[in-house]
Amino acid sequence: MTHLDRLEAQSLFIFREAYHAFDKLCMPWSMGKDSNVLLWLAKKAFCGKIPFPVLHVDTTYEFPEMMEFREWAVKEYDLDLIVWTNQEALDRGIRYETSDILTVSHELRTVAFQQALQHHQWNALITGIRRDEDATRAKERYFSPRTADFEWNYKDQPPEFWGQFTTEVRQGEHVRVQPLLDWTELDVWRYIQREGIPISKLYFAREGKRFRSLGCWPITKPVASNASNIDEIVEELRTTKVSERAGREQDHAARNAMQLLRAKGFM
Amino acid sequence: MLPESIFVQPRGTASEREIAAREPEKLKLVVVGHVDHGKSTLIGRLLFDTDAIPHGKAESIRKACEAEGMEFEYAFLLDALLEEQEQNITIDTTQIHFAAGERHYVIIDAPGHKEFVKNMMTGAAHAEAAILIVDAHEGVQEQSRRHGYLLSMLGIRQVILAVNKMDLVDYSQARFDAVIAEFAEFLRPLGVTPTHCVPISARNGHNLTTPSARTPWYTGPSILQALDSFVPRPSGEELPLRFVLQDIYRFDERRILAGRIEAGTLRVGDELVFWPDRKRSRVKSIEHWNAAKAPEKVMAGESAAITLTEQIFVERGQVAAHAGHGPAEAREFHARVFWLDHTPLALDQPLTLRLCTQEVEARVIAVQRVLDSSTMEVVNEPRTEIRRYEVGEVILRARRPLAFDNADYVPVTGRFVLMHGRQIGGGGVIYGTTYEQENLPGVKSDNLSWTTGEITREGRVRHFGHHGAVVWLTGLSGAGKSTLAVALEQALFQRGVAAFVLDGDNLRHGLCRDLAFSPEDRAENIRRAGEAAKLMAEAGLVVISALISPYAAERDKVRSICDAAGVLFCEVYINASLETCERRDPKQLYKKARAGEIKGFTGIDSPYEPPTRPEIELCTGEQSVEESLGVLLESVLKSAAKTPAKT
Repeated sequence: MTHLDRLEAQSLFIFREAYHAFDKLCMPWSMGKDSNVLLWLAKKAFCGKIPFPVLHVDTTYEFPEMMEFREWAVKEYDLDLIVWTNQEALDRGIRYETSDILTVSHELRTVAFQQALQHHQWNALITGIRRDEDATRAKERYFSPRTADFEWNYKDQPPEFWGQFTTEVRQGEHVRVQPLLDWTELDVWRYIQREGIPISKLYFAREGKRFRSLGCWPITKPVASNASNIDEIVEELRTTKVSERAGREQDHAARNAMQLLRAKGFM
Repeated sequence: MLPESIFVQPRGTASEREIAAREPEKLKLVVVGHVDHGKSTLIGRLLFDTDAIPHGKAESIRKACEAEGMEFEYAFLLDALLEEQEQNITIDTTQIHFAAGERHYVIIDAPGHKEFVKNMMTGAAHAEAAILIVDAHEGVQEQSRRHGYLLSMLGIRQVILAVNKMDLVDYSQARFDAVIAEFAEFLRPLGVTPTHCVPISARNGHNLTTPSARTPWYTGPSILQALDSFVPRPSGEELPLRFVLQDIYRFDERRILAGRIEAGTLRVGDELVFWPDRKRSRVKSIEHWNAAKAPEKVMAGESAAITLTEQIFVERGQVAAHAGHGPAEAREFHARVFWLDHTPLALDQPLTLRLCTQEVEARVIAVQRVLDSSTMEVVNEPRTEIRRYEVGEVILRARRPLAFDNADYVPVTGRFVLMHGRQIGGGGVIYGTTYEQENLPGVKSDNLSWTTGEITREGRVRHFGHHGAVVWLTGLSGAGKSTLAVALEQALFQRGVAAFVLDGDNLRHGLCRDLAFSPEDRAENIRRAGEAAKLMAEAGLVVISALISPYAAERDKVRSICDAAGVLFCEVYINASLETCERRDPKQLYKKARAGEIKGFTGIDSPYEPPTRPEIELCTGEQSVEESLGVLLESVLKSAAKTPAKT
């Protein structure tokens, strides 16, 4: 087995354990590269059928290309799509144009997402978190419990080894299931390349710049790059020392921004 | 039609082999040792020396240290979380990637603080090699021993013993030799022999990437050279097949068995024996979504999905093996266990044991040896518990038979965890079990009384491990009720479920011998059968009734008797056409009825009212007995596991 084969096998195992353990399961889907790798793995885990809904938290600040991708992929993958927007916050006038980045990000992503979770009573969410994304994520578990207040108690996490996970939740709690935890950004691209997984062309360089990570368009900036296809992206990532989320402004708004966001329930 | 904004890498632009060749080999490495012996410094220094630190990070930490008037610490490179820097200890496992030459590494930084053994286990369980670090000055300490022991339990055999802080002992060969001699003596009985022993100074970078001039007496490899000699953990393809089931999927017309090949190789056409049931079937296909060509085989480590030629009943937790190369099957076994929870692991305490996807109630029935948590030496006084961070040798007894292996034979199916509440409380590895011939009869389930005092309904449920229930089979004579009832009883019994068949004919010999076959007598017959079934279900049994019970109203009456008592009632319609039943005619009753020798025979001159909404309907004319039994068994096991609705 190659390195990618091993990662894939472990992810499929996690998908199947999650589907067995939780009756109210959902997979948030951002249409980004990691999200699309998750869809692909789910198709493989369940032999062509994705037996749970996917959730798109629509901030209304999505790139038009991503919305086009959504419409196409729903049919292509035969998805049970649920779309959720924090309309109440929009009605209060929460806007990137007028409010600070962390507030908007919190309201339109995290709060919207909490609303959807409460409404649908999900007890487990499959997310595309990777350990290499950020130092705070390095400490995650494959099955990571969250309290009823959406808090992640990263100081006292359950032991997890030998393919045995935390699969019991109390009322109101949920578990984040993270099949991509061991993958790196480079692994994700190599897998997209190997498998032929559809992705948005926003990741490819135009005029010396490309998006490495995609969020809301007002706060997502491209990074300098000439990588205009997957081969070139893979080559670029082998040598770069620029961090993946360098173009995501909310990460840099405060010294420990990611930690603050995550403790509040950000994915 | 693919929109313009979407890209799909065309298949075949790079051959599979080319892509695979470009994938670097990755070795998972754990760094363990006593607190403050220099793990984080070693890792920080390795990252720095292999140019793996993100741009500006080392520089910003250097500046921060200067501002605080502190000496630069390589360990700070790792301490990404704010509170870690405050406490100056690594609070949890982290994973760090670096490359040296062609080899890529993932370092699992396992913390040394005693409180964090659970995190150390979480991280180290994935490792293929280990660096065990010991302070040359302080020598072997408590955590050095504990981590050494845990490495042996995890089966990690590629170990570098790094004797750090050689600068503090003036790079003394005598001190180095003394430390490794002391540690080797401790590790030897555990089956751990360090592959390399390297004298280092992590802070000053000696013997990390290249051999150092400060230790001219040392002729062995540097840390990086030693790492380069290690191989990724063998995948287990050469071991006997262990395909452990995770789930059965029926999303479409396929009935798919999903699981992971934990050892060995599985091929299309193979005959499989499913343990602990020992049912047999052949592999019809290996399912693989989006594969250009359906795979012919799957190997150890792969997640697999297969279909079978015969639809036998299989379930999550079962282990498929090749005939003649099966796992062991037993309810009792010896194990070495380690315990992580605050509450000790106590003798006779019922716990949930998970071994791969098998889950069963089990308890420790004997504590044979305990190693003290700090000295890691054998505790002399007899003990009835294993406390936090202790390791011990015990005998475990499970409520029903498990399929497993000795850990030194097939590691993955030879280890288990014990749940404490909803968390993992500890784990263990199995040793010393004798393998039996698979053609011998299976291990019998029995039920142990673990409760005392007043026997409540909950007490009965705990005692039997399941709820009582009434499974009511109804259908024409010859539809297959008795056959299925008997088969179900046996299958349930094998799984430790106390089951009993209430047979119509037998009832009429005793309890109902005053009754004939008039509609009134038939109704009374059903009522008595229903009351008897309810009583037995209340006593804790899963009662399988096999009566024609032709009238819907009478069956509904039984349902309400059960509902009123809070007993789960499950109506099963054994549906076979009159023609089918008459053709089967096992007791020659239809023949006699047609000949007029029997009057009022259901289906001939007496009506049968099919259930309108049975819990289960089985078409025995079209399904094999195995298929029907599979559906029935699955549903009954699920029902018996859950609480009936309160009325």
